[in-house]
Amino acid sequence: MTDFAEIWSYLSQGPLLWLTATLTAYALGDACFRLAGRSPLVNPVLIAVAALAVLLHLTATPYSTYFEGAQFVHFLLGPATVALALPLYDSLPRLRRALWPTLAALIAGSFTAALSALAIGAALGVDATVLASLAPKSATAPVAIGIAERIGGSPTLTAVLVILTGITGAIVATPLLNLLRLKDWRARGFAVGLTSHGIGTARALQVHPTAGAFAALGMALNAVATALIAPLSLSLIQQGLQ
Amino acid sequence: MLHALIAILICQVLGESAARVLSLPLPGPVLGMVLMLAALIASPRFAALIRPTAQGILSHLSLLFVPAGVGVVGHFATLGTQTAAILLAVVGSTILAITAGALTFALVAWLTGSRDD
Repeated sequence: MTDFAEIWSYLSQGPLLWLTATLTAYALGDACFRLAGRSPLVNPVLIAVAALAVLLHLTATPYSTYFEGAQFVHFLLGPATVALALPLYDSLPRLRRALWPTLAALIAGSFTAALSALAIGAALGVDATVLASLAPKSATAPVAIGIAERIGGSPTLTAVLVILTGITGAIVATPLLNLLRLKDWRARGFAVGLTSHGIGTARALQVHPTAGAFAALGMALNAVATALIAPLSLSLIQQGLQ
Repeated sequence: MLHALIAILICQVLGESAARVLSLPLPGPVLGMVLMLAALIASPRFAALIRPTAQGILSHLSLLFVPAGVGVVGHFATLGTQTAAILLAVVGSTILAITAGALTFALVAWLTGSRDD
């Protein structure tokens, strides 16, 4: 058993093992997703995250050690965001014809995301730091964290809320939009990208290329809009509370 | 593949630099996406060069959120005693925002005669 312990102590400290574990956990989540007939309720990110969290807990591995391996995957978020220009480019003729619906949906969706989260939070009595962290949670993570810091939120809590919002959107979008009987892939994709940033966009890309392109657009535009709308919504709710 | 990857990274580098120099409230990669879009519009040949690599990166976009997601699990405790209220606010506002965004889009598309075909 000494051999095993030696190999383990070697592997568990380096990046190789946790990079492999991350890809394997995601492949497992993706396999579950396919086995479930691509049901939105079986979210591959959620399964992979849960599996890895259990694994880290059982092996008493700190997150910093895990992240040394996982950072190679995490790093690709930046280039992937740049690459989202491609589906946008492919949908440009569609985008040009949808200027007004896009702008209207951006304002309605972004205000609803911030105001409804704040209203529900305030009604249930969450404290001021939590409210400030809730306001920008529909924006992509770096934007949301930057905004939250400016308006008195907690960066860590904001990161948690952003990811939760992303996963929630990816899970509820398809059943919700079917319930609303919306068949326009532009409307469906745009609303999901706007509300649930990159995680929603990843989900939309799985469903339909047009939905994916409009989700990327929704995510990009809401990154800009949230910088204005989140602080404004917070001050509106704070005035209402006084 | 190599050249496409370099082009994507250069867009990100320029985006990160612009975000800092101009102190814009946007993250570098989002500005990089705008730059990349401009380059794609400028040259169809560039678009053909980028396509396979960009599609490769995007085909498993969900995977890229896994490391951050695992980090979130450790911070679940930061929600503290207000966990139920926070979860309700997140789930409720997500449902409402998707509904408002999608319905507004469809309504204004119908009013302005903007159809998808």
